[in-house]
Amino acid sequence: MFELLGIPPQVLLGQLLLGLINGSFYAVLSLGLAVIFGLLNIINFAHGALYMMGAFVAWMLLNYFGIGYWWALILAPVIVGGFGIVLERTILSRLYKLDHLYGLLLTFGLALIIQGLFRNYYGISGLPYQIPAELAGGYNLGFMYLPNYRAWVVIASAAVCFGAWFLIEKTRLGAYLRAATENPTLVGAFGINVPLMVMLTYGAGVALAGFAGVLAAPIYSVNPNMGADLIIVVFAVVVIGGMGSILGAILTGYVLGLVEGLARVFFPEGSAVVIFVIMAIVLLVKPEGLFGRAN
Amino acid sequence: MVPETAGMTRLHLAIFAVLLAFLIILPFFVYPVFAMKVMCFALFAAAFNLLLGFGGLLSFGHAAYFGGASYVAAHAAKVWGLTPELAVLCGTAAAAFLGLVIGSLAIRRQGIYFAMVTLAFAQMVYFLALQLPFTGGEDGLQSVPRGDLFGVFSLQDSIPLYFFVLTITFSGILFLYRIVHSPFGQVLKAIRENEPRAISLGYDVNRYKLMVFVLSATFAGLAGAVKSQVFQLASLTDVHWAMSGEVVLMTLLGGMGTIFGPLAGAAIVVTMQNYLATFGAWVTVIQGVIFVLGVLLFRKGLIGVLAQWLKRPL
Repeated sequence: MFELLGIPPQVLLGQLLLGLINGSFYAVLSLGLAVIFGLLNIINFAHGALYMMGAFVAWMLLNYFGIGYWWALILAPVIVGGFGIVLERTILSRLYKLDHLYGLLLTFGLALIIQGLFRNYYGISGLPYQIPAELAGGYNLGFMYLPNYRAWVVIASAAVCFGAWFLIEKTRLGAYLRAATENPTLVGAFGINVPLMVMLTYGAGVALAGFAGVLAAPIYSVNPNMGADLIIVVFAVVVIGGMGSILGAILTGYVLGLVEGLARVFFPEGSAVVIFVIMAIVLLVKPEGLFGRAN
Repeated sequence: MVPETAGMTRLHLAIFAVLLAFLIILPFFVYPVFAMKVMCFALFAAAFNLLLGFGGLLSFGHAAYFGGASYVAAHAAKVWGLTPELAVLCGTAAAAFLGLVIGSLAIRRQGIYFAMVTLAFAQMVYFLALQLPFTGGEDGLQSVPRGDLFGVFSLQDSIPLYFFVLTITFSGILFLYRIVHSPFGQVLKAIRENEPRAISLGYDVNRYKLMVFVLSATFAGLAGAVKSQVFQLASLTDVHWAMSGEVVLMTLLGGMGTIFGPLAGAAIVVTMQNYLATFGAWVTVIQGVIFVLGVLLFRKGLIGVLAQWLKRPL
């Protein structure tokens, strides 16, 4: 067995896999943030809380209704997305004419409410969620052990990211969406229902967060604080990537997850802060973000 | 906006005088530690308001300076054995330095990105507070000695400590008031209202932004350093993002861009936390509801609405 700088390859590859999994969550969440920001000009602070909600909905479906993982993977994003649509129609839509900062403050308040409610009823200790039977176990690849569920998380999130990218960049619906991001008034003048599109976009962005939550449920314990710290890291990811490009948001998410994994091998003390350090460097060198457009 | 006149300044000074008189007799009627907590948060919110209300910059990471200073001041008092005023000074200086480093990076982005950048750097400070060897990890720094002021006056008892805290926080708030009404403060308002215009008038906008950022961080740090001496504790709560959110809430509730709004907001939020402490997570829910209602219904805040009603800037 070869060794790299004194690090056994099992350790290195194990941490890289872990980084890839974290990167999958960063990618799906920052993709949702970027889509929402593009059309609504709101940074959705509640994104972490809605991710947590996705995990909780999956847990509730299983424990209250006996509905398993595979149905939850479809139902939970739909439920969270529906909840998001209600939020958008009743609350967020009142803010579009105001400074963007109010959107941040308001969604921060929503995040506090959602997290507080879940903490109140479910405590903070975390609830277990079983890995579905079909994905239990794993493969021995010779150089490392690959748990099936972790492989599934990477594949599922990559598929969802690709689907979202394809929908936005390559279809007619996506063209409307991109046009509305540039100039909503003009798109509305062509007879396209922009408010409906805004509503569905928020719903879809939030459903992505819910989907990530279901994926995360069997890996991390389901607890009310699981989204809060994650969303701050995702904000840093979004600052590094810039929100101008869908592909940029996805790539930055994966790459930073891997970088974090590498940091855990070579400089474990700094692994928690490495993304923030990268953000500082990017701000110094290219303040508008790696994929951002200067304005 | 009503133009400021000498009469307005007299009104403000009269309110400050009444407030001071009230605060002098307050510890004889309420629990002094509670009153000191309110004063620390009032200074914290006033410092934050300098940046948001007058500089137009929303920082979502002010806990970094508040909590960072509280750690440094606690360490200085406990490990280095410094007297309280020197410990507070060390904490404040640390916050100023932190504000300079983070501020010079954060002002490279505007608006919503600025808020995210400050939040992310504050989270980095949180991780450092969790991991650095001198911060005590999850426990924080506990049983910080109260010490003797100037090495002479004991601050063991609540009443002398109260007047120490009153002097520092009240002077801090008056100083912030002075900054707002100085030529520097006027330039800040010009930048907030119309940045391109301020640039075309020849102001180095980024320098002003950085200066107000550092000032705001410094006074937030002063508040945090004093708080660590009052509670004899520096903990992760003070550097957590929830603390950054709380100071935004105080300022929003009281009225951003007003003189007395943050003070009122701090008093209300701290009182609320005190009375609702037994309800656990409901406090978070209520804070969230206030955020949502505040943004939807009264963006001017309580004091802002009062000022509009009285037709006088407060």
